[in-house]
Amino acid sequence: MNTSAVPLNAPDEAARERALSAGLWAFLVVVTSLFSLFLTAYVMRLSSPDAVAIEMPWQLWVSTAVLTLGSVMMQRGQLNAGGACAMGFLVAQWTAWQALQAANVTLTGNPAASFFYLLTALHGLHVAGGLVAWANVQAAPTPGRIAMCARYWHYLLLLWVVLFMAFSWITPEVARAICGVKP
Amino acid sequence: MAYVIPTRPDDESHHAPQSFWTRYVWSQDHKVIAVQYGCTAIAVGLVGLVLSNLMRLQLGFPGQFAFINAERYYQFVTMHGMIMVIYLLTALFLGGFGNYLIPLMVGARDMVFPYLNMLSFWFYLLSVVVLIASFFVPGGPTGAGWTLYPPQAILPGTPGHDWGIIVMLVSLLIFIVAATMGGLNYVTTVLQARCEGMTLLRMPLSVWGIFTATILALLAFPALFVSGVMMLFDKVLGTSFFMPSLVSMGQLSAHQGGSPLLFQHLFWFFGHPEVYIVALPAFGIVSDLISVHARKAIFGYRTMVWAIVAIGGLSFVVWAHHMFVSGMNPYFGFFFATSTLIIAVPTAIKVYNWLLTLWRGDIHLSVPMLFALAFMLTFLLGGLTGLFLGNVSVDIPLSGTYFVVAHFHMVMGVAPLLVVFGGIYHWFPKITGRMLDDRLGHLHFWVTFLGTYAIFFPMHYLGLLGMPRRYHHFTDYEFIPASAHAFNAWITVIALIVGAVQLVFVFNLLWSAFRGRKADPNPWQAASLEWATPETPPAHGNWGRDLPVVHRWAYAYSVPGAPRDFIPQDAPSKEGGAEPTYGGAA
Amino acid sequence: MAIAVVLFIVVLASLLFHWLTPWWVTPLASNWGRMDQTLWITFLITGIFFAVVSLVLVWTLWRYRHRAGHKAAYEPDNPRLERWLIGITTVGIVGLLAPGLVVYADYVRPPKDALVLEVVGEQWQWRFRFEGADGRLGGTDARFVSAENPFGLDPTDARGLDDILVSGNEVHMPLNRPVHVLARSNDVLHDFYVPPFRARMNIVPGQVSSFWFTPTVAGRYESMCAQLCGVGHPNMRGIVVVEPEPAFRAWLGQQGTFTAALAAAAAAKAKAPAGGNPLVDQGRALAGAKGCAACHSIDGRTIVGPTWKGLFGKMETMDDGTTARVDEDYLRNFIRNPTARSVKGYPPVMPKVELTDPELDALIAYIKALAPQ
Repeated sequence: MNTSAVPLNAPDEAARERALSAGLWAFLVVVTSLFSLFLTAYVMRLSSPDAVAIEMPWQLWVSTAVLTLGSVMMQRGQLNAGGACAMGFLVAQWTAWQALQAANVTLTGNPAASFFYLLTALHGLHVAGGLVAWANVQAAPTPGRIAMCARYWHYLLLLWVVLFMAFSWITPEVARAICGVKP
Repeated sequence: MAYVIPTRPDDESHHAPQSFWTRYVWSQDHKVIAVQYGCTAIAVGLVGLVLSNLMRLQLGFPGQFAFINAERYYQFVTMHGMIMVIYLLTALFLGGFGNYLIPLMVGARDMVFPYLNMLSFWFYLLSVVVLIASFFVPGGPTGAGWTLYPPQAILPGTPGHDWGIIVMLVSLLIFIVAATMGGLNYVTTVLQARCEGMTLLRMPLSVWGIFTATILALLAFPALFVSGVMMLFDKVLGTSFFMPSLVSMGQLSAHQGGSPLLFQHLFWFFGHPEVYIVALPAFGIVSDLISVHARKAIFGYRTMVWAIVAIGGLSFVVWAHHMFVSGMNPYFGFFFATSTLIIAVPTAIKVYNWLLTLWRGDIHLSVPMLFALAFMLTFLLGGLTGLFLGNVSVDIPLSGTYFVVAHFHMVMGVAPLLVVFGGIYHWFPKITGRMLDDRLGHLHFWVTFLGTYAIFFPMHYLGLLGMPRRYHHFTDYEFIPASAHAFNAWITVIALIVGAVQLVFVFNLLWSAFRGRKADPNPWQAASLEWATPETPPAHGNWGRDLPVVHRWAYAYSVPGAPRDFIPQDAPSKEGGAEPTYGGAA
Repeated sequence: MAIAVVLFIVVLASLLFHWLTPWWVTPLASNWGRMDQTLWITFLITGIFFAVVSLVLVWTLWRYRHRAGHKAAYEPDNPRLERWLIGITTVGIVGLLAPGLVVYADYVRPPKDALVLEVVGEQWQWRFRFEGADGRLGGTDARFVSAENPFGLDPTDARGLDDILVSGNEVHMPLNRPVHVLARSNDVLHDFYVPPFRARMNIVPGQVSSFWFTPTVAGRYESMCAQLCGVGHPNMRGIVVVEPEPAFRAWLGQQGTFTAALAAAAAAKAKAPAGGNPLVDQGRALAGAKGCAACHSIDGRTIVGPTWKGLFGKMETMDDGTTARVDEDYLRNFIRNPTARSVKGYPPVMPKVELTDPELDALIAYIKALAPQ
């Protein structure tokens, strides 16, 4: 590979952002595939006789509200507030974990609990990854990149709502009905 | 309509890199990254080759090599399989060929996310290092088979059940991150960075094959991620995703309620698309090899594209044909046998179209063409034996025997690897500006093709006999005749010879890269865009000051009335060679 | 032109090999001849496609090879031809699939009057269970598994008390009567495979899988495990004897029931001398708890490893020809590091078992106690 000094085409931020946007959509498809597969495994595993429904700690409503606020802030272009809310979400999730630990709901022993910890941890990791991108955008914010942060925030909110609903409403009884397992 | 992705003036990746480190190590240039992927994949592939030779020493001459005891044998089997499928074939087709060819074939300067591209290689390299580290952890690497089935993979009685399996799973998770980073690049570049005039249906089939395979990878690798994370949790944290209540070595385990079949469903939901992640790029590349070296447009280009897409889509609904005898709900067998045999139709179409491309062509028997022809024969055979295994009731006595081993080696190992070799002989002059030595190429071809055919064709019949796979030894079975044991010894000898000749290939690569005969910029007189770069090897940024403009498809060969037997894609449109239109015709 | 000649020879050799091969399906010994027929149909259809496509390829290579003055034609597609090819291929595919699915429809529906045989896979041996007079199998669970109750039968389940238990890797079946195999495992995946019967299925811990067949030819057949189950996988062998009904009944009558097994275990416990050595008792308990009894018998039988009856003090021969006397040091070293040496005639599959030093002392005391004094 030789090093020619030929000047290349002029910069085009708009084209770059179109590429980033397409890349982000592709990434969201991958994340959707990941969590869809996890949820399928969740339903299959929860249909076993040893699964017991766990009660959702109230802290999850707080974290949901904080994440919703974060989406709203991001949509309005408030980069700092949006990031702060994402951080607040992670803190609230952590307190929810503490509450469950205090209620003796541990990782092993009940698949409903195992999946709860596993899926909230993975969702949290994706939020943390979003914060890394957010820090990058902070360095050079443009309306296009802020809009992409907002898109990712909205996606993670949507994903969280789906997970929350799955934990709350797809109980072992429902899973057994779906899988056709006789009680 | 394609997008031009010009560069920002301060964009690191499109400043010509200056130092040795930024040019050859921390490079964001897709061509350098491709070569890095290729070298790493071939190096780890040689490790996989040595492991297979060790396995063969035990199978051919049982008990003669005391250090290949049952534990080590299963560790070799597992590492051989995982290395070849994931770390060699997947990495080489997507990270190697994909990285090199996509920007050049679609007229882009580089991938759209060069920094992410560079990261993907370093994550891949890390995953390889972690994988190799499993040879050095207490207990050695996992011996659970490349399919890593629980519960045995994490229980005593299987080698590496303590550390080996953990290291393997961590390595796979890192690989999946690397593959996702790369995949996002390939997909976005094809969709966004095609030069003017390069519509999707003017792209060469190599790009279509790699592009579709990348989509499959982005959707299917998550399933491996899910199953890997859950098995890691079962092993390290004591959850029971896959672990039922069981008694291992006299000890009642702490697990209960888990489902080993859940792992198998998740694994094969990944595993079946995985074989097409390897096969589809091979299909695309071989179409281009045949077309160029027979001086004839690929027959039925649009049908070939639709076949690639159809195979890709169908590959997601056939996975449980790997589980016909797994103990899953038996009624699933009807569905998956049907879907599996349906996928045979677009695959057969591709075989016919390759043949019809050669028909009435002007066939040059260059080394790349030889490999392409050998691919056709071996893929034909391997694909047809897949029909035995896909037909559920025929599969029942054949599952778990050497019939399966012969089938997947022929169709995953031999056929795509022949395309890898053919592709390297074909594009080596582009990558390095020099030709690979032709006589060494012929030697490499003949020994590899005839050797692998001689190994794996008769092996099907050992499977028909009922010889089970994954056996360290076969002492004193009445139903296994002495001729089968003698044959096993012969296979070992042939395998060692085929293994040795790969070193000739590696020598050819290294020697020719520095001392090979200098190549013409377009030695095969090919029409596709990658051969039209102003410099060979292509400079940083690929195209010089101006991006190319394309006026036709990549297959304008032997066009009636044209002065030469090919018209490059970027030649002015008045030179003719336009692709067939489908408005009212057909 | 070498390639065309070579491909021609390869294709011909392949077809010739098929006709002359010494390795073919084992002689059928069950009712699943229709699987073999479907296999034949598949060979026929795929064989025709293989021969036709590859011979056309050979012809094409010769006819259209590059030579001076030769030019390629320009015909980028031919939709009519493609439609024909899709049609012919689809007909071939349907010709394969239809018989396959018809046979499979029978495979998933075992006959109601079949003899029920439970096959239990365990690392690395087979056990079998038949229904007793009550025609019902007793319930099982992993938590009941012990040295005295290796099947894991629930002792409180009345249905299991008369179940006929067979250990020792050999099972018999009556000729010409359908057998419905219920397959179970208490540890890992296995697969009970007897090639002449054709029918088989993986065994999955945590569930029961099943398959059925009717043995139609009397004889002795080799069974093997066909799902990788650890280092002992190739050693998990057994024998299936198919015999006329009266002989089968006689054999069955000689096997013990669960009740008898429980009684024998209780008697053995009672027979242990009162005031017996507590160290030896602990050793006996450990042999069961740590799984040693799964592979080492105390009655002279070979399960997977050497029997402990008369082991202590014996001269053992290793795989490399050297000999060693089985004394305390030998046992201590072997148990701590089972893969360091390999005893001739036994597979080197012993796993490393976690034992504290006092536990190891107890185990050795027990093994010592089994030697003739």
